[in-house]
Amino acid sequence: MYADAVQQVIDELGRLPGIGPRSAQRLAFHLLETDPTDVERLTAAIVEMRSRVRFCTRCSNISEDDLCTICADTRREGSVLCVVEEPRDVVAVERTAEFRGRYHVLGGSISPIDGVGPDQLRIRELLARLEPEAVAEVILATNPNIEGEATAMYLARLLEPLGVEVTKIASGLPVGGDLEYADELTLGRALEGRRRLGGD
Amino acid sequence: MALYRDQAVVLHTWKLGEADRILALLTAGHGQIRAVAKGVRKTRSKFGGRLEPTCHVDVQLHKGRSDLQIVTQAESLDTFATLRSDPDRFAEASAMLEVVERLAPEGEGDRRRYDMLVGALRTLDRRPSPLLVPAFFLKVLAHEGLAPSLDACVRCQATEPLVAVDIGEGGVLCDGCRRGRPVSESALAVMRAVLGGHLATALEVEDARVCGEVDAVATDAVEYHLERRVRSRRVMEQA
Repeated sequence: MYADAVQQVIDELGRLPGIGPRSAQRLAFHLLETDPTDVERLTAAIVEMRSRVRFCTRCSNISEDDLCTICADTRREGSVLCVVEEPRDVVAVERTAEFRGRYHVLGGSISPIDGVGPDQLRIRELLARLEPEAVAEVILATNPNIEGEATAMYLARLLEPLGVEVTKIASGLPVGGDLEYADELTLGRALEGRRRLGGD
Repeated sequence: MALYRDQAVVLHTWKLGEADRILALLTAGHGQIRAVAKGVRKTRSKFGGRLEPTCHVDVQLHKGRSDLQIVTQAESLDTFATLRSDPDRFAEASAMLEVVERLAPEGEGDRRRYDMLVGALRTLDRRPSPLLVPAFFLKVLAHEGLAPSLDACVRCQATEPLVAVDIGEGGVLCDGCRRGRPVSESALAVMRAVLGGHLATALEVEDARVCGEVDAVATDAVEYHLERRVRSRRVMEQA
């Protein structure tokens, strides 16, 4: 229906997540109307990202060098490791500005039905970091869903005998939510993890 | 029936878009269905942790024109806390869910299959047994009419000595016709108990060798009939 070159762009855009055929068409036509230098900047940025970005050799976070900016930063506390599922989770924890240690990205969570077990995650790499980096505490920050929790429990079982302190981020009610809509599991966790107000 | 209620077990989930999930549900009254839970991955979702694999829920569903239905409400019936806290039990539960997902047709209610799955998950949560998953495989196959025949040699009808099982042949074989996987008399007795209505006694068996044999035959049988491997059965073994 369209010129071949346009159709090709529509097809390629349509392969991106969340982009259906209509959105792809709209984006392609937007690109046709845009200033050519803007389009060049966009394509150059995409090509550059793909060629420069790789995984940090230590924590598997995305990085432009052998070590990511967090691993390379000597001011970060090396004795505390925060274990997360995906590089996006590193960004989420960093946004809190509460954590000054380093990270380890697993690359997913245990999901037997999808064929993902401990061997498909970067668990061996995590174990290999403990001694050389003198890690004293591992904070498990996997997603609070069933796969994330299975992963956390599996790691706790593996790490505790090695003399490392293993902690897990708290789970409970989201700030600004309503108690009546909380499910039993979340509310149960929130009760279990309650803490004294004032004092301490 | 645009809006209806049913009870269901969540079999499998896939991420959809920014914050949604597609669920494969085994319902009590409508067989296996696919439904979308909108916003379920947001921390403030009204569904909370109710719509994850293994969850047993009372759901309200909206059936529109699309194949995918929409979950509008969900209440927990069982939360199975120990399945969440023990990765090995989670893998065992996953194996049962995986097999049911493959076997149960869409949109065709089967109360017996549903009750078997809920019962097996409850037992796994409260009183696990090394034979629970293999026994569940055998029971589910029997319900589909696919259980291996265990009483006489499937080739020559001899009733003893029965020494091997070949799933392709349809069941147990005598010494003269032997092929397939060797099997002991005790393992055969356990499998007959499972299929003959003595499940509770069978689940008491703890002998590792017997459990291993029953597990191997049951997994063979289920994989033969599904024509694919049960992935959940293997991922935890590698580590």
